[in-house]
Amino acid sequence: MSSHESSSLTWHHACHVTDVPDDGGSCVLLEGKQIAIFHFKRINSWYATDNECPHKQQMALSRGMIGTQGDEPKVACPFHKKSFSLESGQCLSGDDFCIATYPVRIENDQVFIGL
Amino acid sequence: MDGEHRIIMKRHIIVIGNGMVGHKFCEKLTSKDQNQQYRLTVFGEEQRIAYDRVHLSEYFQPGKSADSLALADHAWYAERQIDLILGERVTGINREEKSISTASGRVLSYDLLVLATGSAPFVPPIPGREKNGVFVYRTIEDLDAMKAHAKNAKRGAVIGGGLLGLEAAKAMLDLGVADTRVIEFAPRLMPRQIDAKGSTILEAKLKELGLTIQTATNTTEIVGDDTIQAMRFADGTEAPIDMLVISAGIKPRDELARSCGLDVGERGGIVVDENLTTSDPNIYAIGECALRGNMIYGLVAPGYEMAEVVASQLTGTSKSFVSFDMSTKLKLIGVDVASFGDPFAEGDEVRSICYENHTTGVYKRINVSSDGTRLLGGILIGDAESYNMLLQQVVNRLPLPANPEDLILGSRGGAEAAGAGIMALPDEALICSCEAVTKATICDAIRSGTETVDGLKKCCKAGTGCGGCIPMVKDLIAGVMKAEGRYVKKNICEHFDYSRQELLDLVKLGKLRDFDEIIDKHGRGHGCEVCKPIVSSILASAYAETANKKPVAQDSNDRFLANIQKGGTYSVVPRIPGGEITPDKLLVIGSVAKKYNLYTKITGGQRIDMFGAHLSDLPAIWEELLAAGFESGHAYAKALRTVKSCVGSTWCRFGLHDSVSFAIEVENRYRGLRAPHKLKSAVSGCIRECAEAQSKDFGIIATEKGWNLYVCGNGGSKPRHATLLAQDIDKETCIRYIDRFLMFYIKTADPLTRTAPWLESMEGGIEYLRQVVCHDSLGMAAAWEAEMESLVGNYRCEWQEAVENPEIRKRFTHFVNAPEVKDPTVSFVPMRDQVKAADWQTKAVLPIAESSTL
Ligand code: SRM
Ligand SMILES: Cc1cc2nc3c(=O)[nH]c(=O)nc-3n(C[C@H](O)[C@H](O)[C@H](O)COP(=O)(O)OP(=O)(O)OC[C@H]3O[C@@H](n4cnc5c(N)ncnc54)[C@H](O)[C@@H]3O)c2cc1C
Ligand code: SF4
Ligand code: FES
Repeated sequence: MSSHESSSLTWHHACHVTDVPDDGGSCVLLEGKQIAIFHFKRINSWYATDNECPHKQQMALSRGMIGTQGDEPKVACPFHKKSFSLESGQCLSGDDFCIATYPVRIENDQVFIGL
Repeated sequence: MDGEHRIIMKRHIIVIGNGMVGHKFCEKLTSKDQNQQYRLTVFGEEQRIAYDRVHLSEYFQPGKSADSLALADHAWYAERQIDLILGERVTGINREEKSISTASGRVLSYDLLVLATGSAPFVPPIPGREKNGVFVYRTIEDLDAMKAHAKNAKRGAVIGGGLLGLEAAKAMLDLGVADTRVIEFAPRLMPRQIDAKGSTILEAKLKELGLTIQTATNTTEIVGDDTIQAMRFADGTEAPIDMLVISAGIKPRDELARSCGLDVGERGGIVVDENLTTSDPNIYAIGECALRGNMIYGLVAPGYEMAEVVASQLTGTSKSFVSFDMSTKLKLIGVDVASFGDPFAEGDEVRSICYENHTTGVYKRINVSSDGTRLLGGILIGDAESYNMLLQQVVNRLPLPANPEDLILGSRGGAEAAGAGIMALPDEALICSCEAVTKATICDAIRSGTETVDGLKKCCKAGTGCGGCIPMVKDLIAGVMKAEGRYVKKNICEHFDYSRQELLDLVKLGKLRDFDEIIDKHGRGHGCEVCKPIVSSILASAYAETANKKPVAQDSNDRFLANIQKGGTYSVVPRIPGGEITPDKLLVIGSVAKKYNLYTKITGGQRIDMFGAHLSDLPAIWEELLAAGFESGHAYAKALRTVKSCVGSTWCRFGLHDSVSFAIEVENRYRGLRAPHKLKSAVSGCIRECAEAQSKDFGIIATEKGWNLYVCGNGGSKPRHATLLAQDIDKETCIRYIDRFLMFYIKTADPLTRTAPWLESMEGGIEYLRQVVCHDSLGMAAAWEAEMESLVGNYRCEWQEAVENPEIRKRFTHFVNAPEVKDPTVSFVPMRDQVKAADWQTKAVLPIAESSTL
């Protein structure tokens, strides 16, 4: 789901699965960091990324709309609609931006993020 | 033959002049010279690589630079192995030895020579013309010098009221020299292109731009010590002037040709034959320096054609330069002037038809052959929209319509679609005259899959010159696609092969109610930020669903029922129908805004906006507003916004009817109505129009006998006045017409298309719309009225829903794992006793606690 090495990961409890809307996102505060979590129900996947949009440093990606471009799952920032791959974090709207992505694990209906 | 031999045998062409035409010649020759017979060396006197002189004035526009005018870069020349030597003037030609010499002493021999030296501004011998502050208008350096001088200039003048002079005068205004006059020797402006009547109307237009026009004026002296201070005229008068541009015509640069003994014209210009050969068979002249048939062609298109002719001949295709159409269009913003064919044609063989309207500043003249079969030429001032088509009519000798006046008055009565004429042009019709691209070339490219203007620019260069043909290119794209049955399909996005209209029908037919259901049935993939909000809007239009139905498929603003603003906070806009509000409600707004530290502002839509609300405060804020009788203003939605009103007959001494009551009634009727784009309305109590109803999607104005209904007006970046749909109707009829109008719009407009562009692209235009709405030509009126009635009946305030439902309230938290914590990155800075959002990038300037104490 993400390119992070698992060796140095610590898993943090983020929230309950129902705290994240189906096919939408929510934001959690973990270790002082704002993380956006998305439950892409249609493709049965969970994703986590930075909540901050690198375009104008707005903390709003969790409020963005998710969808696909070809087969690539993505989120569009609500401010100026720049979209980012949920897999790689790469900006898909032609800019040279990238957001960090984090691994997600679901256990007993609880959501965990690896940081 | 081996490679080395070949190089030796390549013939050497030297091009003198790296202007527009010299550059075009290099482009044409290298692309045609498949056998690599030639080696090119180019000398340019200017420091810069060839640039777009035609659009020189754009250099003064913000965001434009010398680079954006460049026609090529050094890499382009290097790739084609062209030796480009800039900043070096050729000073001599030795025809016996076939060599040239330059100012720096370089000597180079040639096999063939191409003179593309262009022209220089003609400066009449007025005493004082050498003073500081006197300029010509030809090169980027000229413009740089003007820019520097204009900083301290207040009063400007331009000698010459021709095409270039007027452009220079407008440039002076743009440079901030507000008091600028145009001084023309002839009794009228643009004497070579337009007639006296046209000039009168043009003068009035230019005065509106802020220019002073002085025709029939002869300048005798430029007064001042080192720098210009005043100008003196033949009638003895004088005017104080700080800056002068002389644009009195052009003088071909034939000095080199003259000094080496080539034939030159009596009044200048290098004499060439139809092959563009000078009196020396090894020397060609092209562009503005060439004199062909006693004529200097001072335009870029004939220059390009000359480059094409010489390049063709050199590569084995015979082609000659006969004559060229000199039609022109002025590029001044806000002033349409064009002349085409023979603008002055007169005599027994000619009938002229004129249309003159001094109120609107429009003058049109066409010259028609006396037997009424052919268009010979004409003049358009104030409205040159038909220029391209008329020019085609002349150039292609197309048959005239039965009433030739239709050409300038538009066919009245019949509802002929605009742009229909373009497909009737013959295949060889020249669409882009700068690049000599015919209709056939463009249509072929479209047929083989190039369906955008940008694509066509790349593949056949159409529209890359002056750009004047781009509207025709667009019409051709639409025309070809339509003719091919490839109806210009407006697919929503990669997930749906349907237009909004088609999808709306599918949704209603299949009684579909959910995004997932719809995409699984009619689309592919998993949706995106384009199709999800459209589907939500369709569901809202079809079933009066509120945005709370499937929040994750709503545009972010609809999901949170508020507009997101800089810094991530939201704005709160309660509905204030008709702009009428009681003092008590004002007090509630005041206390809510104070309690949540919101910035308040009266909006342009006659209501009050409170900015800077934290996401998690929204439900509490709305709870208080709802309790006081407010409801959602839908300021975040593609839905009805405001119905503005003027005070009307309740107080105003001119008011004919009660516009406030009507506005409130209309606003309450259509509140919450979702549409392809937002909707705005207004009601005015009399024709003084204080509510600005004619700038709205639908606007109502009281008359002695009832109400006038206007539709499809727009403010915003492309303003358009609304058009009168129905006159002197009563209230009930007015509402019925609006019901039908809105349903028709909701069902047929593309996403994010306001009513104004929707009408503009409607075949048959307002007449058709009137048939549909007022005369029920589609037989839909009753169904639409019933549907609207049900939408009106199903209205619910979505904020009311939200605050009452604990599940929905949960949506309004920033951190789901710490609901009580607000987004710590939100920050405000103080401004005039309130707060505003911190600027982009400079967040965390002042924590909120500190700013609220200021
Ligand atoms: C608040 C207000 C400016 C003000 O302080 O006066 C405003 C603010 C915004 N306008 Fe406006 N417009 C406001 C009156 C207007 C008007 C004047 C009017 O309605 O009489 C116009 C021109 C009239 C018209 O629409 O034809 C106007 C033409 C626009 C446009 C251009 C629309 C167009 O067709 O070109 C946009 C952009 C859009 O909608 O795509 C826009 C978009 C916006 C947005 C939504 C931009 C955004 O996404 O943030 C602003 C939201 C502010 C907020 O958070 O509440 N606003 N805007 C006005 C709110 C009126 C209200 O009470 O609802
Ligand atoms: C402000 C402005 C607006 C215009 N608007 C329009 C318009 O709307 N439509 C239109 O069709 N036309 C317009 N024109 C005219 C158009 O720009 C010219 O027709 C076109 O540039 C002519 O190209 P050219 O190559 O013949 O000459 P130029 O572009 O003048 O190029 C000649 C080049 O040769 C160089 N040169 C001359 N002598 C020597 C030498 N001895 N050695 C080395 N180099 C030399 C010059 O320095 C110059 O760079 C406009 C012109 C101006 C100035
Ligand atoms: S004009 Fe532009 S900046 Fe001003 S409120 Fe409207 S959208 Fe915002
Ligand atoms: S802040 Fe995200 S797109 Fe601009």
